[in-house]
Amino acid sequence: MTSDVTATTSSTPDSRVRDEIPALRIRGLVKHFGAKPAVDTLDLVVPSGSFYGLVGPNGAGKTTTLSMATGLLRPDSGQISIHGVDVWSNLLDAKRLVGNLSDGVRLFDRLTGLQLVTYAGLLSGLTREVVVERAHDLLDLLDLDAASGTLVIDYSAGMTKKIALACALVHAPRLLVLDEPFESVDPVSAANIRDILEGFVTSGGTVIVSSHAMDLVQRMCDHVAIIAQGRVLAAGTTAEVRGDSTLEDRFVELVGGRRTGEGPAWLRLS
Amino acid sequence: MVATLVKLRFLLLANSLKKKPWQLVAVIIGALYGLGLLVGAVALLFALSFGSIEFARTVTVLAGAALIIGWTILPMLTSGIDQTVDSARLATFPIPLNTLVLSLAISGVLGVPGIVTLIAALATAGTWWKHPAAAIVAVVCAVVGVLTCVIGSRMLVALSSRIGAGRRAREAKGILIFVPLLLLGPIIFGLSQMFRDAPNLFPRIAEIVSWTPFGAIWAVPADVALGNPGRAALEFLIGVATLAALLLLWRWGLARALETPNRPAQSTSRARGLGLFGVFSGTPSGAVAARALTYWIRDPRYAQALIAVPLVPVLIFVYAGGNDNLAALNTVAPIIAVLLSMSIYTDVSYDNTAFALHLQSGVSGRADRTGRVLALAVFAAPISIGLAVASVAVSGTWQILPGLLGITTGVLLTGFGVSSFVSGRFVFAVPAPGESPFTSKPGGGVSLMLSTFATWSMVGILVIPEMVLAIVGFALDIPILGWLSLVVGILLGSGLMVIGIRQGGAILDRRGPDLLAKLQAHR
Repeated sequence: MTSDVTATTSSTPDSRVRDEIPALRIRGLVKHFGAKPAVDTLDLVVPSGSFYGLVGPNGAGKTTTLSMATGLLRPDSGQISIHGVDVWSNLLDAKRLVGNLSDGVRLFDRLTGLQLVTYAGLLSGLTREVVVERAHDLLDLLDLDAASGTLVIDYSAGMTKKIALACALVHAPRLLVLDEPFESVDPVSAANIRDILEGFVTSGGTVIVSSHAMDLVQRMCDHVAIIAQGRVLAAGTTAEVRGDSTLEDRFVELVGGRRTGEGPAWLRLS
Repeated sequence: MVATLVKLRFLLLANSLKKKPWQLVAVIIGALYGLGLLVGAVALLFALSFGSIEFARTVTVLAGAALIIGWTILPMLTSGIDQTVDSARLATFPIPLNTLVLSLAISGVLGVPGIVTLIAALATAGTWWKHPAAAIVAVVCAVVGVLTCVIGSRMLVALSSRIGAGRRAREAKGILIFVPLLLLGPIIFGLSQMFRDAPNLFPRIAEIVSWTPFGAIWAVPADVALGNPGRAALEFLIGVATLAALLLLWRWGLARALETPNRPAQSTSRARGLGLFGVFSGTPSGAVAARALTYWIRDPRYAQALIAVPLVPVLIFVYAGGNDNLAALNTVAPIIAVLLSMSIYTDVSYDNTAFALHLQSGVSGRADRTGRVLALAVFAAPISIGLAVASVAVSGTWQILPGLLGITTGVLLTGFGVSSFVSGRFVFAVPAPGESPFTSKPGGGVSLMLSTFATWSMVGILVIPEMVLAIVGFALDIPILGWLSLVVGILLGSGLMVIGIRQGGAILDRRGPDLLAKLQAHR
């Protein structure tokens, strides 16, 4: 167990990505909702070409951090840059580099799947010919081609995640930021999505996922950060962070909050 | 159990009000407004007792039938009623079906619209106070009638969530609303011809309606007063049978809804390709326009704005007192132009957090504004101009057409500008996507009314030049002023529209994330 990984460092042991400008660099990020700090001087460096997992308990500030990193929520203070582009002074340039799947945000769900992806592409400034071609490719890739003419409101939760992912991918971003991409996605679709993301990383892209599924993050991500109460508790390569134990054990150890006992007597049937 | 469920309804209302104190104020203003309407209706019904029985019969039958049709059809077209106590959410609890039916019926009557309807219906007893037997019958019939209203609306919602939930049905609904609107001008012209050719049309319609399930129950007291007990009994039978049939249908639909609360996703009908996205230009603003127009057709919340459109000419016709003063009809086109052009000032609020897509993709505020206006203009311009032409045709005042067109286009274009500006800056408490347009947030209706008043005043001030030119032209009969008004309306209106779109777009570019944060807080 290494304790020196609790503070994020800009260098990484991964030789593939050393010395490059990081895909995402966050310094001293602060966001208050009322008096309560949601994000409390958070620092994070996501190396270019990494598959980065963000884990933390409910209310840890994951979604808030990712919203600020992608230009959807204005930070109180702190710097965020994507591939060297300062997000909040060059919003448009930064947004071109990022594909975003937000959790807890609605979609224009009265469009069909094909229309929604087309809409996302056209809004990004692509021409209709390019968008239509890419939309069909993406729907095919995500096994949604059979449902391309169905309204998104009639999609299952898993299909909705997939169409949102297609919207995030249509403008060919360099950095993908995915908030809870595997929530309520069936195992087969999850495996397919994972293949797509791994392919994206292999080809030089960077992926950030936030998730509650420790097993998944441990298997899938080469880097991980544990966030609680708006701060980074540990960050680094997955091997560094989990050390000898599993990521889940390490997470519980750092975050705390396990309770012991059997619950009230009336709940025990025998 | 019944009491618990009825209490639940009021508890939900109280809790939602506690969260937002200013909404309570809005609710109180709304209640006062309802009270005002109610007092007017009750007074009118009493006043009927001093006229002839036949006249009172015509009015009560037609108004009652309109009441039942309104209660049943409106939620059908706009998909939703006050679902404060949603039967689907009760599916997990072990509640006997009959208890549920009774509780939902009672809590339906005890809502604000239910209470208002009930009191107004009971006031028909006042219409017949000179005929005691008829007055007593009227009380019984009022209860039956109000139950028919409430259960009819519940029944259709329960059934339509079975049948009408498919995409095809939803789109059919959209077209059901749009086609008559586009033909509104010719329809008004045709109807006015009909009324001219056939006087005494209303009593004859009432005579027919009194035999239908909608009107029968309201005709009973009148026929008692007229001394036709046989006919009254028959009509009472029709009314009660209607109620029983609706009740059974509702119970059946509810039972089905509880067995299969979540209908499976359907991936059948398809291959419609890009739809409107293939029609508009492949630019960001074209995409926004295609999306917005698709929503006008598919989203019931937008339909709410459209329902007002055919009501305006009817109301103005009624206020103007029938055939005497057709010139009042000339105000229809400008009013519709305001209604339609201001209907998008809550557009971003309607998007709700889906607006995040616009932020993520970095679409410029100006393209966003332009697209929304474009989608609206596609149908608002033909409807408004068509109505202007139809109204001068009906009233036979062709000489005022240029001035009227000046005011109408001026109002329309200025309204586009004002709503583009306002919707980029403010977030309003509107129903969320998928929520019933009529549920709204408690008090949201009134806060919307206040902001509507503010924005309408803004438009009113900005269109003063073309308005004054046209009105002076009408009053002094100087045709050239009418033409001048048309020119000013088009030029000034276009200028204000461009300014509104630019300024609104600039605000959106600057404050987009803050707007999204507010949308998330309102969710």
